[in-house]
Amino acid sequence: MLATVLFLLGLAGLLTRRNLIFTLMCVEIMLNASGLAFVAAGARWGQVDGQIMFLFILTMAAAEVSVGLALVLQFHLKHPTLDADAASEMKG
Amino acid sequence: MLAIFYISSAVAVLATLMTITRRNAIHALLYLIVSLLAIAIDFYLMGAPFVAALELIIYAGAIMVLFVFVVMMLNIGEQASETEREWLRPRSWVGPGLLAVVLLVEVASLLSLRGTGERTGADVIASKQVGIALFGPYVIGVELSSLLLTAGLVGAYHLGRKVASKEGEIRDIDTAGSRAVARDSTVSAGPGRTSHAA
Amino acid sequence: MNLLWLAPAFPFVSAALLAVFGTRLSRRLVAMIGSGSIGFSFLAAAFVSARFLMQPPPGNAYVLPLWTWMAAANFRIDAAFYLDPVSLLMLLVVTFVGFLIHVYSTEYMPYDRDYARFFAYMNLFVASMLVLILGSNLLVLYLGWEGVGLCSYLLIGFWYRDPANVRAANKAFLVTRIGDTAFAIGLFLLFTKLGTLDIQQLMQLAQTHWAVGSSVAIAAAALLLGGAVGKSAQLPLQTWLPDAMAGPTPTSALIHAATMVTAGVYLIARTHVLFSLAPQVQLAVAVIGAATLLISALSALAQTDIKRVLAYSTISQIGYMFLALGLGAWSAAMFHFMTHAFFKALLFLAAGSVIHALHHEQNMFRMGGLRRELPVAFWSFVIGGSALAGLPLLTSGFYSKDLILWQSWAGPNGNFLFWVCGMAGALLTALYIYRLIFLVFYGPSHAHVAARPGRAMNFSLLVLCVFSLIGGFVDTPPNFGGVPALSNFLNSTLPELKEVHIGPITELFTAICASLVFATGLIFAYALYYRRHAGQPVRSMAAQFLFSGWGFDWLYSRAFVRPYVRLSHLLRGDAVDALYRWLTDVIQACHRGLRVTETGHVRWYASGLAIGSALFIVFIWLAR
Repeated sequence: MLATVLFLLGLAGLLTRRNLIFTLMCVEIMLNASGLAFVAAGARWGQVDGQIMFLFILTMAAAEVSVGLALVLQFHLKHPTLDADAASEMKG
Repeated sequence: MLAIFYISSAVAVLATLMTITRRNAIHALLYLIVSLLAIAIDFYLMGAPFVAALELIIYAGAIMVLFVFVVMMLNIGEQASETEREWLRPRSWVGPGLLAVVLLVEVASLLSLRGTGERTGADVIASKQVGIALFGPYVIGVELSSLLLTAGLVGAYHLGRKVASKEGEIRDIDTAGSRAVARDSTVSAGPGRTSHAA
Repeated sequence: MNLLWLAPAFPFVSAALLAVFGTRLSRRLVAMIGSGSIGFSFLAAAFVSARFLMQPPPGNAYVLPLWTWMAAANFRIDAAFYLDPVSLLMLLVVTFVGFLIHVYSTEYMPYDRDYARFFAYMNLFVASMLVLILGSNLLVLYLGWEGVGLCSYLLIGFWYRDPANVRAANKAFLVTRIGDTAFAIGLFLLFTKLGTLDIQQLMQLAQTHWAVGSSVAIAAAALLLGGAVGKSAQLPLQTWLPDAMAGPTPTSALIHAATMVTAGVYLIARTHVLFSLAPQVQLAVAVIGAATLLISALSALAQTDIKRVLAYSTISQIGYMFLALGLGAWSAAMFHFMTHAFFKALLFLAAGSVIHALHHEQNMFRMGGLRRELPVAFWSFVIGGSALAGLPLLTSGFYSKDLILWQSWAGPNGNFLFWVCGMAGALLTALYIYRLIFLVFYGPSHAHVAARPGRAMNFSLLVLCVFSLIGGFVDTPPNFGGVPALSNFLNSTLPELKEVHIGPITELFTAICASLVFATGLIFAYALYYRRHAGQPVRSMAAQFLFSGWGFDWLYSRAFVRPYVRLSHLLRGDAVDALYRWLTDVIQACHRGLRVTETGHVRWYASGLAIGSALFIVFIWLAR
């Protein structure tokens, strides 16, 4: 339940915020929330797999954040702003 | 025990809420760290101390620090706050908020149908067990995640590299402050520029 | 005799040569190639004919197979030539008259870039005509038929820069096309019923399989008649011929007087067995012939253009031939064809020399008194016109027309009415042709002679004059020599006509009547036109009606052309295609609608994901 709430909060934030940094932050929130769900499930049935899952999620989050932030830097170089809506060249 | 769980959960939710509604990036990041701390406490209370520790070290320690570094490097400043204020009208929360509520209701109803049972399990799963599991059945996952990390490393390095612009002047990703440094010391294409380098 | 194939080959090769290289050759060379090819063709024809006459092949027919054109399942067509007396006669006439006309046109046609093109087309025409004549099966004949139709179109619209000429060419082609379609359907019918298109086999099979008066015979004969009517410009498809005078005069002489328009006559003569098997259709042929000859003779009386008079005259004379065919007087029709070729070509060429001399003035009422200035043309007209009208004893036209008139009374299908029509037609013929002669050559002179005709033109005219006079002596009726040589010659192919009604009207009586009628016409013409007073054509209602050729053009325009044009304008939007276009329009509209969702904004896509997952969960929830 908690995980759901957190996840949805992250989603709402993602949909609302235009600044790319905030977008990434919200993605992190969502990832964290899903990890929480896994661990809770693992704890419920007393198995270790939940924690393993969380470990993998964490690893993935780390890799994703580093790449994502590098992309944000490139984006900032290309456009003067950090507006997510500025990257709409694939429209139409 | 249960009380602490609920309190820390409440803190987590509140902190997340504050995160997504802040105008200043650094403020939001700080709130996020608070939220992560609260979640770590939840983990510990659920009987997963290893995970709690991991969360603190990696998530709150490394990833958030990376965020802070980048934010500060981009040097967003006051102007960004103004922009954020413009972008974050209450009106723009309506759609996503509605969506989130709908999804909440759906998931809640789905969960309630099944019944979740007791939240806080009595047994604690120690780190040792996790370690054995990792080297046992999940060893392939370990290898894959190491692969993933390598890829992430290479990607981040490549993408974060300095880009050479048209006039031969290497544009740094820094802002105006470091630009003078770059111009003096870097290689220039045209002959007219060599005087600067001299 | 196996050199027969040279006859169409010479003009065909020369046409190809002139088409490709013509503009680069000198004028003299083009003239020599153009007319020389027809000359050689004539020599080949003469040689073959001589051999044929001296050593007739068995059955009086010679087949020269060339190659197999197509063979599929049980459909086999050979490209083969068939020579028998009828086709021999036509072969000689076509090549001879064609040669003279080509020689004439070397001088007539102006010296410009189109000179070679003209000879190329003319040669192609002669080649197609010869294929038509010599074809041993109906499909080869149809090939020649279409070929001459094509060349007619090309030559009528020869001076294509003037849109009126192009319209005339289109009209000719379209009207004859109606006939061609009937012909083609007839071919289909014949093939499905009898299994072959070879003419001789068809004749035998038809006689054995079909009863006289059976509906299939009537259908086949009627369809072939449709084709003949279109090509020979008879009722109701005669409207194209007067407008076809927009082409150069040698073209009119060759195509529309001597050869192409007689293709229909030839067709009927060739397939006469079918017509014998369908007496109703044969009667229709005679009726069409009689009606046409009267209508067009009346129309000729009211014309102002010299060539149009001759055009209506041609329609009328072919009406005579159709009348003869309808009566069963096959040889008489062929005889009249031969004499008509001579004097009509003569008349057209003489008209051409008048037009040429007066710098393309064609209105008769603006000519006059040319008797002294253009003597050759004058005498050509006199001789040709008299032959046309049937000046007794001297001219060829008298003998052939007399034969037809006699058969119209005496033959088994003969009828007093036909006889009267024929006589009336003769009267009108004399009237209109002498009207032309008096208007053009007598009276006060209005036009100025710019150029006299030269040697080439005069040569052709003289030769044709001679033949117009002596051509009739090949078949003299019993009272005037009694040597029906031509009929005897043609008998092996075309059955002889037995005289049935020997009654109050004898052959002599017919001849005398014809002569009287001729004299009457001449006197009337003299009285009306020798001394022209006003010099203007009569413009009464009756004259207008006759002038427009009995209003056929107006009728066809109202009944067929305008509704068709209106319909095609309506359908211009292509209603059926609209369905397919509607389909693409709908798809494109959907595309445009969906394009809106591709904003390029990440948040938008993420919200799409969220909404989708919400809906998905609802579905799962509902499915439980």
